[in-house]
Amino acid sequence: MLRMDIPLIHAMSRRNRILLRELIITDFKLRYQGSVLGYLWSLLKPLMLFSILYVVFGHFLRIGADVEHFPIYLLLGVVLWGFFAEATTNGLISIVARGDLIRKISFPKYIIVISGTISALINLCFNLVIVFIFMAFAGVKLHASALLFPLAVIEIYILALALAFFLSATYVKYRDIGHIWEVVLQGAFYATPILYPVSLVAAQSETAAKILLLSPVAQAIQDARYTLITHQADTLYSMVQNPLFIAIPFISVVLISLMAYLYFRKNANYFAENI
Amino acid sequence: MATKPAITVEHVKKSFRLPHERASGLKQTIVNFHKRQRGYEQQQVLKNISFEIKQGEFFGIVGRNGSGKSTLLKLLAGVYIPDSGRVIINGSLTPFIELGVGFNPELTGRENVFLNGALLGFNRQEMTGMYQDIVEFAELEQFMDQKLKNYSSGMQVRLAFSIAIRANSDILLLDEVLAVGDAIFQKKCYDYFRQLKKEGRTVVFVSHDISALQEYCDKGILIEKGKIVTSGDIDHVTNTYIELLNETEEAAHQEKEGDQKRWGSGDIEITSTRTTSQNVKKAIFSDADKFIDVTVKYQVKKPVEKPIYGITIFDAVGQRVFVSNTLWLEKHTDDVIPGDHGSITWSIPNIFNTGTFTVSPAIADRSGSNTFDWVEEMAEFKVRKKTRSNAIINVDHEIVVTKEDQSS
Repeated sequence: MLRMDIPLIHAMSRRNRILLRELIITDFKLRYQGSVLGYLWSLLKPLMLFSILYVVFGHFLRIGADVEHFPIYLLLGVVLWGFFAEATTNGLISIVARGDLIRKISFPKYIIVISGTISALINLCFNLVIVFIFMAFAGVKLHASALLFPLAVIEIYILALALAFFLSATYVKYRDIGHIWEVVLQGAFYATPILYPVSLVAAQSETAAKILLLSPVAQAIQDARYTLITHQADTLYSMVQNPLFIAIPFISVVLISLMAYLYFRKNANYFAENI
Repeated sequence: MATKPAITVEHVKKSFRLPHERASGLKQTIVNFHKRQRGYEQQQVLKNISFEIKQGEFFGIVGRNGSGKSTLLKLLAGVYIPDSGRVIINGSLTPFIELGVGFNPELTGRENVFLNGALLGFNRQEMTGMYQDIVEFAELEQFMDQKLKNYSSGMQVRLAFSIAIRANSDILLLDEVLAVGDAIFQKKCYDYFRQLKKEGRTVVFVSHDISALQEYCDKGILIEKGKIVTSGDIDHVTNTYIELLNETEEAAHQEKEGDQKRWGSGDIEITSTRTTSQNVKKAIFSDADKFIDVTVKYQVKKPVEKPIYGITIFDAVGQRVFVSNTLWLEKHTDDVIPGDHGSITWSIPNIFNTGTFTVSPAIADRSGSNTFDWVEEMAEFKVRKKTRSNAIINVDHEIVVTKEDQSS
């Protein structure tokens, strides 16, 4: 139902921008509230994660010894997956978590979902700083392809946002989705070539490796590794020739986004009474 | 050109689903679907509501708890969407239903000012400009860098109110704001209301406070069970509301049972105290009840010579508003012996103002040194007057206005 005339839409969007900004600032301030090291944790956490990965995969497991800069290759994958998982999980609870606002004020609900995912995006930036520092130390040569790296991040973000829209709207009615999503994320983590190189799967079954890469997250993570760290990284394009298949992950992102948006829009009007 | 109404509500209906058990689970949904059972009950909260609020009107929404008035306010605010019908808003609307919405206890007072301001549509720069005024108005200068969770509730309300009044929208929605805060704060609220009225802004005010409604509102509607009972001038609306309250509450308590304090030797025992009007048992008296009759019944346990019977009526804050006894009125009373019982009735002109009153009956001996029975707050009654007054008594009277001609 349209309630506002055109000039008011402009006024509203200004208010929405201000609101979005304040919500993001609040989220960020509250994130490390009460911790001694505060914002420093944003940098310390990926640093510690990297140390663990380095010891486990660099010295004990050695499954990716044939890929150059494998520990950093690994770190980038873990960081990007972590971003995807955090953005969707934050998004999932965002609507219910802000129930107090929704029950009392009328404003576009998508702002809340976006603010939830953006705090994950901010976290990703901190993580990437650490990744870049290690790349410099390890002497990773930057190719011109590095310019395409942001595209991979954008693709993951769009998918995560779309899923966050779907999940948050569903979570209002069915709290089960929180548990389900936790399990799905865990399964998807292992079904995505993050901890193991694609070649490991390809050695067993070429088809299986190709199917793995059809997942938008897997495709985007491999693209990110290819553009930023090493051209040895297997990508969808190096493994699959048929352009129809190559289009699958992108088309799925678009379709998922469209459906999630429509689903969210249909349900958003009733969040206030259903939370 | 006639200006468009600020708010138009056309045939609005709204119902809610009340889940039987908290059916926010997948299992319950599947089970219900399987049994072809609805996991909820449909409750119609608003049934075909239509009204209009003109620009610059101070509009009151009156109704008892659960009548649907808060739902209506949320529909006006756009928090809820009507099942059918339309709500048309002309102009910008302050989305505040309550004070301090979105306040975060983990943030400092200062940070909360900016967050709350954002909900009103003010950016950082604008809020910085207003910040000093807000803090001064709230009288919280020394506390702004403390976390909100360390504020008292009164401090939180003051801060929230100071921010809320910065809203410069055309239409404001206020829900029972005055229910909180101390007397000084309430005065600030009233001043703000007067200012809004002077500025000619459109205000929708939901309240139980009849005198506040009468003082500020021009027009209003009365809602009961999701329907508009009446609409129009606020005096008409509040009067209908008072009648409605009197009717429905009449059946309620007459006598306060249980935990009354009583003392005395018990030689004569007070068995009951009732309030009536024209021999009809009543707990709520309106203008129509010219007299309030208080009847005290007693039972005698030991022989007593010429006892004194008395009552004291207190108002809600414990002020003594009426005292009477048979001695002062020089009424003759008989000697009594065990087994005797009887009653005394006071017929008191209804000069009371709107409020709640309690009756404490007592029986003592002639010297006044020996109390046989004294029961505190044995009965309670309410008075609701349509005529306004802010003094202790509210009594029927006439005013004659004459103007002397200058030439004579």
